[in-house]
Amino acid sequence: MKEYDEKTIEELIDGKLPWQRLKEIITSEKDRKRFFIVREILQRRVKFPEKIILPLSFHLFIVDKNGERVIKCDCGFEFGDYRKNWKEKARVYIRDTMDKFLEIFPEFMTPDPDWIEIREYYCPSCFTLLEVEALPPGYPPIFEFLPDLDALEEWLKEISD
Amino acid sequence: MKLKEMLLYSERLFKETGYYYGLKELKLKEEDPLKFERCFARLRGAVVAARETALHISASPIVRNIGELCFALYTPEGDSIVLSTGIIVHVHTMSEAIKWMIRNDYEDDPGINDGDIFSNNDPLIGDVHPTDVHTMIPIFYKGEIVGWAGGVTHEIDIGATTPGHDPIASTSRFEDGLYLVCEKIGSNHRIHKDHRIRCQKAVRTPLYWDLDEKCRVAGCYIIRDAVLKFIEEEGIDYYKEFIREVIEDGRRIFIQRVKERLVPGRYRAVQFAAIPFKGKHPLKKASKNIFMHAPMEIEITKDGRIRLSFDGASKPGPHPFNCSETAMQGGLWVLLSQVITYDGRVNDGSYFAMEYHFPEGSWCNTKDPTASFGTPWMFLIPAYGGLFPCLSRGFFARGYREEVIAGYGPTGSMIAGGGISTILNLYFPVANFELSCVGLGASAVKDGLDWGYAMWNPESDQGDAEIWELLELGLPYLSRRVKPNTAGYGKYRGGSGWECIRVARNVKDFEIYLVSLCHLVGGGIFGGYPLNAGYLLRAHNTNLMEIFEKKMDYPIDDEIPAERKMEKLIKGEVIRNKEGVLFPTEFRDYDLIHYILFGGPGCGDPIEREPERVKEDLDGRIYTKEIAEKVFGVVAHEKDGKFVVDLKETEERRKKIREERRKKSISFEEFKKIEFENLKSLPEHVKEMFRESFELSPRFKKEFLEFYGLKEDFEIE
Repeated sequence: MKEYDEKTIEELIDGKLPWQRLKEIITSEKDRKRFFIVREILQRRVKFPEKIILPLSFHLFIVDKNGERVIKCDCGFEFGDYRKNWKEKARVYIRDTMDKFLEIFPEFMTPDPDWIEIREYYCPSCFTLLEVEALPPGYPPIFEFLPDLDALEEWLKEISD
Repeated sequence: MKLKEMLLYSERLFKETGYYYGLKELKLKEEDPLKFERCFARLRGAVVAARETALHISASPIVRNIGELCFALYTPEGDSIVLSTGIIVHVHTMSEAIKWMIRNDYEDDPGINDGDIFSNNDPLIGDVHPTDVHTMIPIFYKGEIVGWAGGVTHEIDIGATTPGHDPIASTSRFEDGLYLVCEKIGSNHRIHKDHRIRCQKAVRTPLYWDLDEKCRVAGCYIIRDAVLKFIEEEGIDYYKEFIREVIEDGRRIFIQRVKERLVPGRYRAVQFAAIPFKGKHPLKKASKNIFMHAPMEIEITKDGRIRLSFDGASKPGPHPFNCSETAMQGGLWVLLSQVITYDGRVNDGSYFAMEYHFPEGSWCNTKDPTASFGTPWMFLIPAYGGLFPCLSRGFFARGYREEVIAGYGPTGSMIAGGGISTILNLYFPVANFELSCVGLGASAVKDGLDWGYAMWNPESDQGDAEIWELLELGLPYLSRRVKPNTAGYGKYRGGSGWECIRVARNVKDFEIYLVSLCHLVGGGIFGGYPLNAGYLLRAHNTNLMEIFEKKMDYPIDDEIPAERKMEKLIKGEVIRNKEGVLFPTEFRDYDLIHYILFGGPGCGDPIEREPERVKEDLDGRIYTKEIAEKVFGVVAHEKDGKFVVDLKETEERRKKIREERRKKSISFEEFKKIEFENLKSLPEHVKEMFRESFELSPRFKKEFLEFYGLKEDFEIE
């Protein structure tokens, strides 16, 4: 079974692997224990004591907080129950005018505010940009990912066994 | 057993057992796995060889040079066994066409006999749009049908109301050009003469049509010969068992792959397309703005199956961008073969491993027999832009960050047209396919692929400019250049896009049309931004002849639109706008057109991008200094043509960006109030989109009302 040492996985997580090595990993069979190794590495890096259940993005994690499954940012900010959209606890910036588009897009290469607005969701503590939405005005925010943690546990158990 | 009975039998076995053809065990694979793999490689090699050989018969650069064709082998009932490289989106659409003929009793009338040749390009049966033409032949062994060979090529012109391969003005089927509705076009191994004459008279480019057809037929016969040789050597019993097992094996590999790499649960992404036809389309019924809504939901079940739904999609309309169910199936299939089964057993096993729901009556499952299907890609490509981000959230969570793809650039700057070359006194088409090289979305460990991706053909190729000039005689290139600031911003940036400038030369009666994405773009993941939008730029009545004669500087780029380089270098009527669509417009000698091939979306917060990578972006003209500073917070100074990053200033700038975010952002509750207020003054095309989706999807409406705490009787005014 394919395996990689922890140093390689750390370099992969940090985007430091040279292309040839990365290409080998992409085109090879998968190392089936990857989930556990990555989770261990990330656990060492985060600033909170709770055990990581599932990484959701570079900064967001579902963690076990006294038996409750909640979403936390790696800075420690808590977004609440993973079954609710974490965006409801985020800070939001709406780019809905041409002036606001021109803050980050070149002239003529902006979206059109009559069709779309860009919403930026920040962590209220560290102000990292966590997600960007491009939706028409009035459109409710997207709840992108609701994992079935119990089913995942069964899948992972098959790998562990 | 007749084919119809065989198809029903196969479908019943799958329904009853959950295994393709009821195969609970893969006996051949278990008894001799090496032989099994050798046989798979042999048949796969035959269809790849068919493609590589047959494409040389075609004269079209779309087929011959950039490979817009593919071939596949099917079971007698029409399930794909092995396929070539190329536009494999059509492997499943041909499967649907074969099954349609079987279900419609073609075995009785017009008959399915050894030596027959069939052709189809009807999306309501099995296709994406008419310009992708299928040729299919039944393969007989000792009087018994043992499979089908099929091939598809993308035509240069299909005889629609506007010239080229992707009409934009069609409002009904009757303006889409030539339709072949699963027709028997040959018998006794020869194409019927009347069919050839009819088709050559129905399109603007008869020579290309004829050679493309011969290419497809030749490829099918290469496959047939290889299959018959296989049967002679391995035995008919082995062949019959093998073709079933290999599909069931494909189904199992797909499910194993899902359980190995993804996370069970619910994934969502929403994409849109803007069609700004109001005041532009010549027909009143089509002269309105259209907002396509594609809400994607993917459920990965506990048993490793994928269920995909577009519940909530908006309605079809009098335009050529409607999609049939088979087009959507093909689009889904080609994308899954890129991210899940790319090195596995790619065949209809993947199709049997998943479920889908394309709501009937929506733009993505139009059953209207009069609807236009001229250019469904304008909706299909953005709609499926949500698939990679959805699955990428699963890949990321499982630790397989190298599999993450933030999305893809839309192959959307579609330039087309045609005219007369005054040198050769010959019609020439503009049917460009360099749009098959746009930027791929970023990964979670590296940047996206620059100018090298098309969602519909994993073997993307922009083609040499010189080859396009041979086809498009009256529209030589002035330049092809990297287009700065097209790559979606992110910790890992999207692949960059590029731009072209071309000039009309030695032409008469020459018209060009162009659709580009100027109003909206989608994508971006984990804090990465969507790719940047485009614009239209052209010039008429220019002084380019004088510029060339006097060897003065002529425009070779529009790198920074704000600099108005085009306006400064040439005299004439320079038109620069965000209108998004140019209906067929006359171009005369020395008129000029510019277009953008888009970048891909980004992944992660841009202010976390390593400053050294931003320096490389600046040196490579991927981004300009202004964007590096404003978006990435990287302060760099140019010295001798290279950039040097000031790390201290960069650190300060990034701190300041975080502080700006703190000051300007609002709470979710405030955000919700603003969006609720927005509902009272929505633009008409947004209102219409909501109304259509509410009507077609009670679930979408229910979730919308719940979010705002509105009552059931709420309507968009």
